[in-house]
Amino acid sequence: MTTVPPGQPHHATVPPWRDVRVLGIASQVAVLVVVAAGLGLLTSNLLTNMAARNLTFDYGFVGARAGFEIGDSPVPYSADDTYAQAFLVGILNTVLVAVVGIILATILGVIVGVARLSPNWLLARVAAGYVEVIRNTPLLLQLFVIYFVVLFQLPSVQESIALPGSIFLNQRGLFVPSPQRAPTFLPWLTIVAVVLLLAIVGRVIGPRLERGGRRLPPLGRIGLLVALVVAVVAWVLLPEAPVQFEVPVAGRFNFTGGLELSTGFTALLLGLVIYTAAFIAEVVRGGIQAVRRGQVEAARALGLSERDTLRLVVFPQALRIIVPPLTSQYLNLTKNSSLAIAVGYPDLFKVGTTMANQTGAPVSVIALVMGTYLAISLITSALMNLYNRRVQVLER
Amino acid sequence: MTNDVLAPPTTSIGPTAWLRRNLFSSVFNSLLTVLVGAALVWVAVTVGQWALTEARWEAVTRNLRLFLIGQYPAEQAWRLWASLLVLSVLSGVSTGAFGRTTRVLAVSVSAFQGLLAVLMLFSTVGPLITAGMAVNAALVWAGMAVGYRRTVPRRALVIAWLLSIPVTYILVGGVGIGPLPTVSTNAWGGLLLTILLAAVGIVLSFPLGVLLALGRRSALPAIKIISTAYIELIRGVPLVTILFMADVMLPFFLPGEIRIERVARAMGGITLFSAAYVAENVRGGLQAIPSGQIEAAQALGLRGWQTNLYIVLPQALRSVIPANVGLFISLLKDTTLVAIIGLSELLGIGQAVLAQSEFLGAHLEVFSFVGAVFFILCYAMSQASYRLEAAMGVGQR
Repeated sequence: MTTVPPGQPHHATVPPWRDVRVLGIASQVAVLVVVAAGLGLLTSNLLTNMAARNLTFDYGFVGARAGFEIGDSPVPYSADDTYAQAFLVGILNTVLVAVVGIILATILGVIVGVARLSPNWLLARVAAGYVEVIRNTPLLLQLFVIYFVVLFQLPSVQESIALPGSIFLNQRGLFVPSPQRAPTFLPWLTIVAVVLLLAIVGRVIGPRLERGGRRLPPLGRIGLLVALVVAVVAWVLLPEAPVQFEVPVAGRFNFTGGLELSTGFTALLLGLVIYTAAFIAEVVRGGIQAVRRGQVEAARALGLSERDTLRLVVFPQALRIIVPPLTSQYLNLTKNSSLAIAVGYPDLFKVGTTMANQTGAPVSVIALVMGTYLAISLITSALMNLYNRRVQVLER
Repeated sequence: MTNDVLAPPTTSIGPTAWLRRNLFSSVFNSLLTVLVGAALVWVAVTVGQWALTEARWEAVTRNLRLFLIGQYPAEQAWRLWASLLVLSVLSGVSTGAFGRTTRVLAVSVSAFQGLLAVLMLFSTVGPLITAGMAVNAALVWAGMAVGYRRTVPRRALVIAWLLSIPVTYILVGGVGIGPLPTVSTNAWGGLLLTILLAAVGIVLSFPLGVLLALGRRSALPAIKIISTAYIELIRGVPLVTILFMADVMLPFFLPGEIRIERVARAMGGITLFSAAYVAENVRGGLQAIPSGQIEAAQALGLRGWQTNLYIVLPQALRSVIPANVGLFISLLKDTTLVAIIGLSELLGIGQAVLAQSEFLGAHLEVFSFVGAVFFILCYAMSQASYRLEAAMGVGQR
């Protein structure tokens, strides 16, 4: 064993194969080489195989005529449009079902989560049963049940089930009145917007004018109330209501007018909402139960009302715990919307597989699909992180 | 004044008081109880009436073999039974040796096989298989009795469990000679395929996930970036796209002479997918290790890999077992997605049965059966995970 002479740096005596820094760099180089070699091998195989099968790798197809119809489309689309437009329709459909699904699942999830904590034993049990049954069976099975058992047994167009509010349900899907802008819409919106803007200004500068114990009335709240009154009064006084609903009318073979939600969309939306709500309910219940009992008791001791205890003490603290797991539920819902293919709803994945089959550039299309899902996931989690930071800022 | 200690006030209340407190505490609550109760009764009556009079349960009972093992050749089915036998005996003996932590597993294994045996009584699979299932269910308890009486060395059990994986593989897949002819994976189906996909997925993805988790926490930038990129990429896309990639795209990435069977491709896709999720679970466990543990290991002169292997991983992996059970449950449910790429696991078999001309429209019967199987499996596992958490004292040490 050699001894280190005083004054000389220690590492000088360590042989390179035992030097941590050398080992670190060497192992990184080794991993990089292995990963690069693996990717290189796969790519070369890919190029050989694709060339052998006359398939391409480029994105030249995006401007070509798509040539396939898409059943549901929020924007005008026909088979004569390009692949790029078809892909856009797929993205829009995925985003549409995900956004509507997230909103509805959150509402249902909060209701069920709170119901599980209800003092009413029967209601709490029913909510718990719902959560257990839904969480322990596959989503695909639930979608099949909704699609094949519930929606397929609906009556034909002629015998549609008429729901209150001119909503019709039949084999073709759900028909709801669609809002249409009347000529008076823009003036009405302008008036309401101006009053709302004033309310916001009042909310922002109000507290700054409060000096020396002088209290102003809550300008923001008053402004909001005024805006509401103005909106209603203007709606009534204008010669034509600013938003009119186009009611679906039964034709010979199908309904015309109104908004048509296809069976596929309805089934997927229902399935995603019912499934995700069960998970959100557990998140909400966990969040509320995690708020310490002492907090509620302290709020009561301070004389806060039941409502204020919930609003000012329980919810803000529960929200901090709820938001991160809620984010992952939102991401799950978005990713699960790819099961649309099982119920025939043309979402991103379904349009993508059709394109992969038709264009002769399957790898490029699937890469595009996966990249888009990744982007949607990253945007969702970025938005939720932003919100999370706002909620967490109170942490001390 | 006497210092007699008063008995604590009684906490139990009579049934009337219980009803009053839990169901009829206010007008609103009473109304709620009546409404929910009426709805429950209506649902129960409707479902009961349908299940007992209208439902065509023959769709399930006549196809039970299909539901359980798919197209697996009938004369080879004893091999599946034998591999279940190994599982039964092992889980029984382990319970005797390890105590409470594995008891839930053993009881579930026994109960599930008992349930299958009862179901088989009403089906067309024959008395031999039915009796075999019942024997398996009983053997778990025999194993427990042996485990409690004699001290079976724990190390031997761990080795036996590890050995059971290749044994199961050889029994189910075959070796091509003698009594064990090869059974192509294309013949695997039903519940067999569902459980194998999930089990292979979790077993193979576990080591990969641990490596990725260590890589993500590595101080070496290249390794960290590669691991993080892999994890985030996989977690950002739906499983269906990965299965589609594995099913349709994988042949493009392999040299022309290599052919991988469809089931194996799906298993690969599921493994790569769940590895990213295992990695995130394990990372949570790694982060929970106090840095003092690592510093103490370094002070003792342990190398980097020794610190990880002997100090960090044993503690981290122990604390993430419940989270991984949760992952296994969602993986089990997610195996249904292979039905989309055309494999006949339990739900895929259900669709095939619905295509039989005599059972057209028996959707509700088939889906209720498939749903019930998944519910029993997943619910048992989630309950087991709660027990496990309590028994291991996660979060208490």
